[in-house]
This record gives sequence, structure tokens and C-alpha cells, in this order.
Amino acid sequence: MTGRGATPPRPAPPGRKASPPGLLQRLDSFGRASLPGLAAAGLMVLAAAPAGPPGVVAAIGLPAVFFWSVHRPAAMSSPVVFALGLLQDLLGLAPLGAGVLTLLAVHGAAVRWRRPIARQSFPVAWILYCVTAGAAAALGWVLQLLLTLRVPALAPAWHLFLLSAGLYPLLAWPMARLLRVVSRAEEEAA
Amino acid sequence: MLRLSIPLRQALARLTLPVMVAAAFATMLLGKADALLAERARTALADALAPIWAAVAEPLRAARDAAEEARTLVALRAENARLREENERLRRWQAAAHALEAENALLRRQLDFIPDPAPRFVTARVVADGGGVYARAVLLALHPSHDIRKGQVALDERGFVGRVTEVGARSARVLLATDINSRIPVALEGSRARALMIGTNGPRPRLAYWPEGTRPAEGERLVTSAEGNLFPGGLPVGVVRWSASGAPEVELFARLDRLDLVRLFDFGPDGILPPEAVARPAPRRGGGTAAMARR
Repeated sequence: MTGRGATPPRPAPPGRKASPPGLLQRLDSFGRASLPGLAAAGLMVLAAAPAGPPGVVAAIGLPAVFFWSVHRPAAMSSPVVFALGLLQDLLGLAPLGAGVLTLLAVHGAAVRWRRPIARQSFPVAWILYCVTAGAAAALGWVLQLLLTLRVPALAPAWHLFLLSAGLYPLLAWPMARLLRVVSRAEEEAA
Repeated sequence: MLRLSIPLRQALARLTLPVMVAAAFATMLLGKADALLAERARTALADALAPIWAAVAEPLRAARDAAEEARTLVALRAENARLREENERLRRWQAAAHALEAENALLRRQLDFIPDPAPRFVTARVVADGGGVYARAVLLALHPSHDIRKGQVALDERGFVGRVTEVGARSARVLLATDINSRIPVALEGSRARALMIGTNGPRPRLAYWPEGTRPAEGERLVTSAEGNLFPGGLPVGVVRWSASGAPEVELFARLDRLDLVRLFDFGPDGILPPEAVARPAPRRGGGTAAMARR
């Protein structure tokens, strides 16, 4: 994988002008770029179904943002993170903006240290994720405190931390598969 | 597509995160400043997503039903054991009931007991109360082809109501047990002692003429007495209540203040007064009534 997720403009082969990318090709790359965000949003919507268990929405958004920010920041750019956070806040009952800021903070941290994290084996990555999730839960709690001017219960934050820490391997596995498929497709296209 | 130089693009990429963080703070402020906006946005989102959730709910429900089914199957064994045990117990009771039935039949044979025929009854609607010569009476609407006779017993779903005193082509009047002219022979269910229930025009008839030595107990059940062959015995009437002034009264089972349907039982013609005697009771010493005049 190259440094940035988006394929850098390849230098035109000498002697021939590079043909502009066709419509299909562009659709293809757009699909690849938007797939992680769309998948995360779809999962969050499904998790918010009234029949589902409570509190899963945030616990799904966090691993998705972390994973894609580390492994493919181009597919999980900050506007996408913003949209996911907004969706999370609207699906849940938290004060508007708290989830957005939390997810952006996770995204920023993950992008900042993405190279060391991406080099780690899965268990270490999981532990690092757990640390991030704990910090995110704490940040969410503080934001809620500031926004509602009331001391919120600690149990939901703790619940969110445990749930997202437990869900991470379950979500990371299909995301890793997806990442591999997308990378291979990209290599073939290139 | 906009063509930008690579350094500019990189600078923009570096800038997006701070811009987004600022936007997040703006969102927070917006949500804080206008709580209604967040509410509206939530509702709009939920409206848009409702079809998806509805579609998802179907398989979820199916899965939950399957899980429930599995749990039921697991519990089936315990349930079966419980039912078998209960069946065993009920079988014992059934055996006891059969034994008692047989014993009863035997005793009846020995006593030459003639069982009562199952009484026929007609259900009639109460259309008016009051009126007529009685203070406490109700008027029933009847089908023209009825065969109601004077003296028939009226019961509501709880107990004794009164007796039919007048019969017309399409209506009949029932003298309620609370009327001052009503005299009903009753029996105390516990002691089998006979007594007379005398209407007072109030809600609770008096109890009188019980045998010496068997004082009606508070709360004792009263049933009709077959004495005089006026009534079949054993129709539920009420319970004994001692009033504050020390007189035994009867709290009727029937709700006479809210009668809507009564059943008129035909317990057979014998023992009933000739119609003229009911309509115009023969004067007796001490004020005779229909029931008393019969004696």
C-alpha cells in the first residue's frame, strides 16, 4: 500500500499521453473510496434498529473510524468521520456534536500514529484500540458533562468502552478482508 | 475536476481535520442553542430510516421467534414432568369425585330421593322500575308468546331478585325482595334454620321468625327455603348482616339497584297461590301479604 490511500497521479508513460480515466474506472475508484464509510454508516443504521440492543451504534462507529483511519485514511477522511459522528449523534440521544468530536479525536490520533500502529500485530493493535476507546469514552463523558451541565452516569461510558473493545475483533476481521480485497483490486487496476 | 498543485492539496488535506473539529464545535453550539433543531433532525432521520428498520425487523423477529421456540422445546421436558405430576394429582381428585358421586347415588337410592327437574328459564329485559302498587318492583318486557305465570321466581346473575306478581301480554311485573310487601321464606345455610325475609322498602330486608336458639350469624349465607313449596330450596339470596341497631338484615346478592336482565325460572306450578290471591291479598290479622296469606 502506498503512503496515502488515494492513488497518486501516476506519471504518464514516456512517449504516450495518459488517457483520462474512464467513467467506469472513476466509479470503481469512488466505490472503493466510499465503501468503508458507507459500510460503517449502514452497520450503524442497522444497529440502531429499535429491536437491537442499546448503545451499539457508538460502539460500531469507533472501531470503524479507528481501523480505516489507521489502514486507509483516504477512505476515512475527516469529512466522512464528521458525517459518521453526526449520524451517530442523531441516531442516539447524546447531545449533538459530542459524538462528532469524539470520533474526530480518534481519527486524528489514529492518523497521527498510523504507521506505528499499522506495523503492530493484531493483539497489540487491539490493546492500542482499547486505550483509544477508553480515551474516547472518557472524552464523550466529559463532553456530555459540559454540554448538559449535569454529571452523567458513568455506566454508559463504561458500557460503551467494553462493548466497542469487545466488538473490535469482530469488526476488524471483515474490515481486514475488505481492505485486502480493495488493495488487490487497486493493484490490478494499476 | 479541479486541478490543484500537490503542495496546495497537501495543505488542504492537513487543514480538513481542524476545519472539521471546528465544525464539530459549531454543531455542538448549534445543538445547544437550538434544541428543537436537533430534535427535528433526529425525527427526520428516523422517518427516513424507518422503512429500513421495518425491513430489518422481519428477519430479526423470525430469529427471535426461533430462539423462543428453541427455549420452549428445552423447557418442554420440565413442563411435561410438571403436567404429568399435575395429571396424577387431578386423577386422584377425579377418583375422589367419582367415589363421592357413587356414594351420593347410593344414598339417594336409599332415601328414595326424587331429584329436582332442571328448571326452565326465560331471560327478560328490565325496562322500567317503580310504578304499579308496589314501591319496589320492576317491569319486564316479554315476547308476546311468553308463558310466564304469576309466582315465578326471578333471579339475576348473582341471586334472588323477587317474584312475578302481574303478567300482561307483553310485560310482567316483578315484586322485588326489598319491597315492604315481600315475604320470602329463607333458610340459613349453615344451621338449616328457617326464617322469613321481610322487605322494608330499604336496601336491606329484615330477617325475622328464626327458631329459638339459632341466632343468625353475621355473614352467614341465606338461601331460599323449599318450605311451603313456594320456591325451590337452595337459591342464593344473600348474607346476614347485623345492623347497628341490633337487628339482623339481609345483604342481597342480587344488585337490585342496577337490574338489567333477569331470569324467570319456572319451577313448576304447585305451591303457587291462585292469581287472585296475589293480586288482591285477603286481609289477615296483622297485615297479610301474598306469602303470608298462603300459610
